[in-house]
Amino acid sequence: MLSRIAESLFWIGRYVERADGTARILDVHLERLNQLPVHEQRTVSANLLAVMGASTGEEDDDVAGLKDLLTRLAFDLSQPNSIAGALSAARENARRARETVSAPVWESLNATWNGLTGHRQDVVGTYRFCTWVIERTATVQGLADSTMSRDDSWQFLSLGRSLERADMTARMLATGDEDAFKLSWANMLRCAGAYESFLRSRRAAFGDSFAVEFLLLDRLFPRSVVSSLRQVEAALIALDPEYSRTGKMDAARRLVGQARTFLEFHHTDDLMGELPEHLERVQAACSGASDAITAKYFYRASDHAWTGEKV
Amino acid sequence: MADLFAGYAQAMEQSTAFDEMFTRHGTLREDYRRVHDVLQSLTLADVTARAETMSRTFLDRGVTFDFAGEERAWPLDVVPRIIPAGEWDRLSAGVAQRVKALECFLNDVYDRMEIVRDGVLPRSLITTSAHFHREVYGFGTPGGVRVHISGIDLVRDDTGEFRVLEDNVRVPSGVSYVLENRRAIAKGLPEAFAGAGIRPVEEYPRRLLSALRKTAPEGVDDPTVVVLTPGVYNSAYFEHTLLAGMMGVELVEGRDLLCRGDRVYMRTTEGQQRVDVIYKRLDDDFLDPLQFRADSMLGVPGLVNAARAGHVTIANAVGNGVADDKLIYTYVPEIIRYYLGEEPIIPNVDTYRLEEPEAREEVMDRLEELVVKPVDGSGGKGLVIGPAATREELEALRQKILTDPRGWIAQPVLQLSTVPTLAEDTFGPRHVDLRPFAINDGEDVWVLPGGLTRVALTEGSLVVNSSQGGGSKDTWVMDPEADSAEESASRAVPWRWGRRRRTVPRVWPSTYETSRRLTEEYDEQQQQRNQQEDQGGHPC
Repeated sequence: MLSRIAESLFWIGRYVERADGTARILDVHLERLNQLPVHEQRTVSANLLAVMGASTGEEDDDVAGLKDLLTRLAFDLSQPNSIAGALSAARENARRARETVSAPVWESLNATWNGLTGHRQDVVGTYRFCTWVIERTATVQGLADSTMSRDDSWQFLSLGRSLERADMTARMLATGDEDAFKLSWANMLRCAGAYESFLRSRRAAFGDSFAVEFLLLDRLFPRSVVSSLRQVEAALIALDPEYSRTGKMDAARRLVGQARTFLEFHHTDDLMGELPEHLERVQAACSGASDAITAKYFYRASDHAWTGEKV
Repeated sequence: MADLFAGYAQAMEQSTAFDEMFTRHGTLREDYRRVHDVLQSLTLADVTARAETMSRTFLDRGVTFDFAGEERAWPLDVVPRIIPAGEWDRLSAGVAQRVKALECFLNDVYDRMEIVRDGVLPRSLITTSAHFHREVYGFGTPGGVRVHISGIDLVRDDTGEFRVLEDNVRVPSGVSYVLENRRAIAKGLPEAFAGAGIRPVEEYPRRLLSALRKTAPEGVDDPTVVVLTPGVYNSAYFEHTLLAGMMGVELVEGRDLLCRGDRVYMRTTEGQQRVDVIYKRLDDDFLDPLQFRADSMLGVPGLVNAARAGHVTIANAVGNGVADDKLIYTYVPEIIRYYLGEEPIIPNVDTYRLEEPEAREEVMDRLEELVVKPVDGSGGKGLVIGPAATREELEALRQKILTDPRGWIAQPVLQLSTVPTLAEDTFGPRHVDLRPFAINDGEDVWVLPGGLTRVALTEGSLVVNSSQGGGSKDTWVMDPEADSAEESASRAVPWRWGRRRRTVPRVWPSTYETSRRLTEEYDEQQQQRNQQEDQGGHPC
């Protein structure tokens, strides 16, 4: 298939998953955030923006508090890290790949985009918006799963989705830092919709390190980092099933595989203490893999960047 | 903007009830200031829209109750009910005291009956109770706990004093609504939450599971806990699923369990699995057809024997109903003094024991001004409110009392306290009660902060049951020091990724500013050929 189309599909997968993940994080955090005193709200809002990669990074970047957070994470169409921004970017990509994605997927993305405005942008409105977004993204993904052939186009979509999911779960885990976010582990699990699954898997062992372990390492929960990385690998293998007797030559697959096996086979007595480092590694692997995928499958520039021979 | 509280003072004058938001002189009580201010800032349209959202959320989540065969959203009023922390601490101590005393009482009743021997209670009082089950006489429970979960119904009289209306130590229900109400109101009235020190309720399921596991039969290291429900047609089925889900345990029906060799098993896809603790949400009568109603399809034959053999914990224990008996209720202050050597912290409502001839005589003369209740009823069943009853009803009641004086008690009509409640297009005073929930794990009694506040939605009505048109309110226990949280020790700290990350493009496609790098590359590509031509090729 065309690289350009493949790239669009990859990014549809990422953006839809990003909107979903951001909506989940925002929904749960807002509930807690809203209960904090104003000055704490400001700090936590800034923290949240930093985790979501939506802060401008400038020193005098003054987060005015809740209102600003809502705009930047939910409603700002010009921010690709906001929910509305991600969804309209997904729709933009789908528009370019319209002949490849199935009509139901295109239509649901387009309908979502049409419904992006017209939400009240206050706290109550944001709750509703988040619920709506979680439903819409589930619709898009369900339609993609049920109407697209499992050919390369679906694999690219799934690749983007899984990669972004690993990244989003890492961000959710980062917000479990109670000092910075004032969020309990139970609510962190709620972000990922994992609360009930966690409880059933754990019997009576409650506690933040178990929750972290679940979201990071669980092999059966689809949103855990390890599961998501496995799905990334599955998609990469489906795209390039070449078998090699010695090692894996595909760069993305190597990066993701290393990150996953590191998590799976790493022995620790202090998961909480090591968490930031793990998250760092996962994030690095995700962005590295994204670059590698881009280089291998999408990179048109280097192919015909013709700068002449070396002097 | 119309003042939603405009007609409130006038409506308050209609009754002598204690209002929890305003004093009798119409001044706002300080604890309610924040909520009041938030409500004042909203228009009627806002408030109605929010109430609608909350009820839609309840419908979507399946938080419903059965009203005349129709599934209705759980009625939650938008105005929370507030209990100041100081007052709550006293109440929760009172509830815990009561639970401890009833615990001692039940253990004694099913053992040596020392309280009878010491002449505090007449033996006949216990043995005539409909819920005194000889089937479970003479064996103890693991950890000595019988009242794992209890709901003590409190009301506030017209002087503002809390009194115990009844004890529920059989199958107290309603706690799921406390959890759901909090979730709904946090989203429905977010402004009032901002910065308020409201004690959280979410740890209830964890506390419950930990208490159930702690009271498992001796020698079981990793007990398997289940919730036993009568099934999907039970009106509290939602609560059963919620609690089982939040504890992460199986929700079983009677037919999922079997008893063999005085041990209890559940049928699973991996064969029969031992069950150690059963959180029973079933009436005793239906629990075990070998002991109680032989026609029960809901129970498990042999369960009581398994409990007697000490192989399974049933929570709450079978036979607790004797402590719920409303005639025994009248003796609870003495029970507290007898077992704990303490004065009751929360008083009872004054009650006439109709068994006693003098009391009966007095009540007979004043039937039309009293509330008369059957001793073994719950949920307002069979209750007659004198002032609201017709002459025929009173006459029928009189006959019933005369034939079975043990079966009835009488109380003065209490003007329950009121809290502002949304009615049509304004806030009006409506009567409320309170059911705090307590969990006993054998070492300690923990009381869930707040509890379930039920409200009679009809003006002047004193009936708060949801099956009879009652609603509910979220109940907040508020810590006053929260106002000075500015100086609070636990401050949020700034956060950043452990190390500085490489900046990686997380975005595509090119229309967005942040993806400039890729955009530019693409644009460059397109321009390159032109440039090549312009420059006539690179120098080699």
